[in-house]
Amino acid sequence: MQAASTGSSRSRLSKLLPVAAGLVLAALPWFVSPYQQDLIAKILVYALFALSLELLVGTTGLVSLGHAAFFGIGAYVTVLASPQGAPASIVWLVPLAMLAATAYALFVGALSLRTRGVYFIMVTLAFAQMAYFVFHDTKLGGGTDGIFMYVRPVLGAGGAVWLDLEDKRHFYYLALGALALTYALLALLLRSRFGHALVGIRLNEQRMRAAGFRTYGYKLAAFVIAGAFAGLAGFLVAVKDAAVNPELLSWHESGAVLLMIILGGLGHLRGAFIGAFAFTLLKEFFQSESLLGPLASHWQMTLGFTIIAFVAGLPKGLIGAGQMLRQRRRAPVREAADE
Amino acid sequence: MDLATFLVQCLNAVQYGLLLFLVASGLTLIFGIMGVINLAHGSFYMLGAYLAFVLAPWFGQQFLLMLLIGVLLAALFGFVLEWIFFSYLYQREHLQQVLMTYALILVFEEARSLLVGNDVHGVQAPAWLSGSFALGDLMSYPVYRLFASAACIVVAILLYWVVNRTRLGMMIRAGASNRDMVRGLGIDITLLYRIVFAGGVALAALAGMIAAPLSSVYPGMGGSVLIICFVVVVIGGIGSITGALIASLLVGFVDTFGKVFYAEYSGIGVYLLMAIILIWRPEGLMKRGA
Repeated sequence: MQAASTGSSRSRLSKLLPVAAGLVLAALPWFVSPYQQDLIAKILVYALFALSLELLVGTTGLVSLGHAAFFGIGAYVTVLASPQGAPASIVWLVPLAMLAATAYALFVGALSLRTRGVYFIMVTLAFAQMAYFVFHDTKLGGGTDGIFMYVRPVLGAGGAVWLDLEDKRHFYYLALGALALTYALLALLLRSRFGHALVGIRLNEQRMRAAGFRTYGYKLAAFVIAGAFAGLAGFLVAVKDAAVNPELLSWHESGAVLLMIILGGLGHLRGAFIGAFAFTLLKEFFQSESLLGPLASHWQMTLGFTIIAFVAGLPKGLIGAGQMLRQRRRAPVREAADE
Repeated sequence: MDLATFLVQCLNAVQYGLLLFLVASGLTLIFGIMGVINLAHGSFYMLGAYLAFVLAPWFGQQFLLMLLIGVLLAALFGFVLEWIFFSYLYQREHLQQVLMTYALILVFEEARSLLVGNDVHGVQAPAWLSGSFALGDLMSYPVYRLFASAACIVVAILLYWVVNRTRLGMMIRAGASNRDMVRGLGIDITLLYRIVFAGGVALAALAGMIAAPLSSVYPGMGGSVLIICFVVVVIGGIGSITGALIASLLVGFVDTFGKVFYAEYSGIGVYLLMAIILIWRPEGLMKRGA
């Protein structure tokens, strides 16, 4: 009886958790330094990016190592489409960036979903590299240095400006809003018939096909939706830095975002958020000279070993770690009996 | 384009393709036999290039001896690495393999920067290989590039012989087409895996050593080679050495002539080739195993 009531209160609590986290994040800018606000804004952008990949990897079971392509395309289109003299309007710039990412996702998805497993990983990586070369080698993308955005976009009508992204706090709230909206949309999507079909494909694609689902179409839809939201994250990162460079599309970026969702825990939307938070802070920590001294300049080494230890020890991510601890505490007797 | 230029470009394409083949053949075998996706394979190419940089002053004109010593060192490195790290990856999902080998790249890059530094280096070809000979009236072709192609061809033939004519090769082929059956037949799969992995590392490092005098030796040089080799493996078909050879040469030609005709967009050509192959044959030119 008591167990049942704590169980339901826990599930109610876990439903409220994202809302509570959103409220805390909304209040944060009033309490932290500008530097910290910038850092959290960056985390919000990467959380959105990770969330889009979670739909693909965690839900549908498609491991893509080329997700940064859509992120980068969204970012480049944002900068390329912004006029130099006057601020662009968010109203058309966001859809444009998402549309460009979606279009490339449709092309890549249609081809790469003809393959599976290791092939799929390699093909997505290769197509991301192709996009990388387009911006790296041609005049369009400005080469290695990338391109700058002269004026950040605004949201307004008839002379009134409601949201001016030159203001860092405005940007913070835009990023938070975009993240919350994406989170809500994906949560709804996962509860729909479509979302359940995607989970079914991850668990057993053969059976889904036998049940009459055209799995290719479902997977392609998931791929394209993930690409569109990655494009939205790309828009945000371009506006945040007011610059883009080809590294946004590099496979290191794809690897990092994949790492974030594993770090958080696959199969949970909040895992993507926790992972983005943890990864960014971890990287910040390893690069911080005041905390680690001379070790900071070798952050790749420390980060690399941490990742290896983490994937080896906690394959289910930080969320999984919490569950593992809880289970161990609750059932020590049965575990001993099993052994 | 006149005939001499065309010929020179053909030679370049073949030479580039053969170098790719050395890296990709190890990669495709490791995929095919152990089922491990190894992102760190490009690092072995980098390892080779840096080995050449470090060893070259010691050996002077004894370039072939240096290649041999380098290959042995790389194979030893691969053997130990498989032992202490990769053998734990076989039971894991692809996703975890991707992450752990990705982390391994970070570690390798940092180790490289600690040991050799972050500068770009050049490696001198030995004097007996550094000339060039005339091709027609205006063109000339460096001897070293011919040597590189020849060395790759020798290695490719050797590889063909090992895989198709020896007992070890028989086990490798059997492993690529049905892993579980090989295990069931009582073959020491642990040792087989270790040998194949060490061989793959040695091949990639050899390619790096041969390439070192052609290109410079620089940080992060493994990454671009790795992705091109993925393309080669996808086009050729996982686990097929013949497929890897055909695909490497195809990629070599597309890349080289892409640079001649559309310099600005040359980076894209190889990937378009892959897209076309995927439409035509999603499992690669030489489908093998599963």
